[in-house]
Amino acid sequence: MNEEIIIAGFGGQGVLSMGQILCYSGVMQDKEVSWMPSYGPEMRGGTANCTAIISDEPISSPVLNTFDTAIVLNQPSMDKFEDAVKPGGLLIYEENGMTRKPKRTDINICSIAAYDESVKMKNTKVFNMIVIGGFLKVKPIIELENVIKGLKKVLPDRYHHMIPLNEEAIKKGMNLIKEENKLN
Amino acid sequence: MKELRLMKGNEALAEAAIRAGADAYFGYPITPQSEIIEYLMAENPEERTGMVVLQAESEVAAINMVYGAAGCGKRAITSSSSPGISLKQEGLSYIAGAELPCVVVNVVRAGPGLGTIQPSQSDYFQAVKGGGHGDYKMIVLAPATVQESVDYVKLAFELAFKYRNPIMILSDGIIGQMMEKVELFEQQPRLTEEFEWATVGKKPNKDSVIVTSLQLQSEEQEKVNLRLQAKYREIEKNEVLYESYKCEDAEYLFTAFGSCARITRKAMEMAREKGIKVGLLRPQTLYPFPVDAYRNLAGQLKGILTVEMNAGQMVEDVRLAVNGQTKVEHFGRFGGMIPSPEEILNALEQKIIGG
Repeated sequence: MNEEIIIAGFGGQGVLSMGQILCYSGVMQDKEVSWMPSYGPEMRGGTANCTAIISDEPISSPVLNTFDTAIVLNQPSMDKFEDAVKPGGLLIYEENGMTRKPKRTDINICSIAAYDESVKMKNTKVFNMIVIGGFLKVKPIIELENVIKGLKKVLPDRYHHMIPLNEEAIKKGMNLIKEENKLN
Repeated sequence: MKELRLMKGNEALAEAAIRAGADAYFGYPITPQSEIIEYLMAENPEERTGMVVLQAESEVAAINMVYGAAGCGKRAITSSSSPGISLKQEGLSYIAGAELPCVVVNVVRAGPGLGTIQPSQSDYFQAVKGGGHGDYKMIVLAPATVQESVDYVKLAFELAFKYRNPIMILSDGIIGQMMEKVELFEQQPRLTEEFEWATVGKKPNKDSVIVTSLQLQSEEQEKVNLRLQAKYREIEKNEVLYESYKCEDAEYLFTAFGSCARITRKAMEMAREKGIKVGLLRPQTLYPFPVDAYRNLAGQLKGILTVEMNAGQMVEDVRLAVNGQTKVEHFGRFGGMIPSPEEILNALEQKIIGG
């Protein structure tokens, strides 16, 4: 297994921490992982992205141009990374705020209304965990139990009481994700 | 007990400095290495080990604080990124001239000038060929993983005190910013030894110790130069480090250091899948350069491609090493751009196999 993921959205959507949670969860499942943020000037007040790689083998390049999965949370990110998904790969997008649908027909495409769900859950901070849940439903590369272990590592102790809510958000995301285009 | 953590390269390096038993860190923030000083400030190692962490008023001040601490026989470390390292060059030359131990970390970004904050390897010449004035050398360690960023801090302090010489860890924005699994070594004790050469107060029955890089008499200065050169020959004999992958049957060779070596390794795997017999040689010490490793391979090779995030710097040392025995070409991206494995493989096919 070698899963190369780009996660992109606005600063503040939890893009960088999504990558970190996936990587920590990977460590809990004895995988090799690497996480590389965009740290350019665009981070300040604009789009943010990170590359997360989870693999059975040692990871050669932490920087990539094409990806198995792109998780895009706003329109500029979809514009930038839709074409970077490998043929046969996966694109997940958050419905809220998108002005157009993806154009590719040679990849699997899923959408998730994570923001609306997070509002229903009365805590928009779990937005990114809903998206992670959606991703793990389509690509079950990490077991839920290891994601929870990963969360315990990423979150400072004072937020550990939030872990059950995060677990609930992941499960919501697993039910919420919709297939838009499925390859045979 | 060894601990496994997921850490950013910069943070892991900072933690390694504490664990290596450093006495002092002096620095000034600059992207992409500010997490080093941020981590140290947050961690407050003064409470853990008594290590001093200080944000100096400038890079020049920081390197001269290192000079002072090293003169007292203390384990001192500073870090910066390219423009800041340029400012430190005078201090480095003085430290090399005064024969003092210290560790300097350069998390390289693209230049010249203020350049950009994105990763680069364009400080190879500066690190390896001197940087400051005078005939001096620094041992230059080039980590390619977060793990090596940690391990090389410990190694750098050992080498610094073994040879009483400044040691540079030449990292870059990729290694500094990325997170990977890392195993941290156990806390080492801080130094308690009082060195003969250190200025720690004159004893009644001993001559005063003077730390200086100034010799007004040419005869005396030449003696210093000869002593330094003899030391560098020892370093060249003893401290070369490199890694080679799939070189046994190689007809072609990639060579790259640091983060570029990882991307190149992916290109090597792609080339092998296409049936191209290519190996990869990764120098871990850029000075001393693994001259013999190249020389020994040159006979079996049809060509070498160096891959660097610069306009062609290490390529000169590779050419000197193989001395015309095989073709050596360079492929690079610069200005903060990172080469892709695909374009590296393409460069091998165009410049070496087809060229």
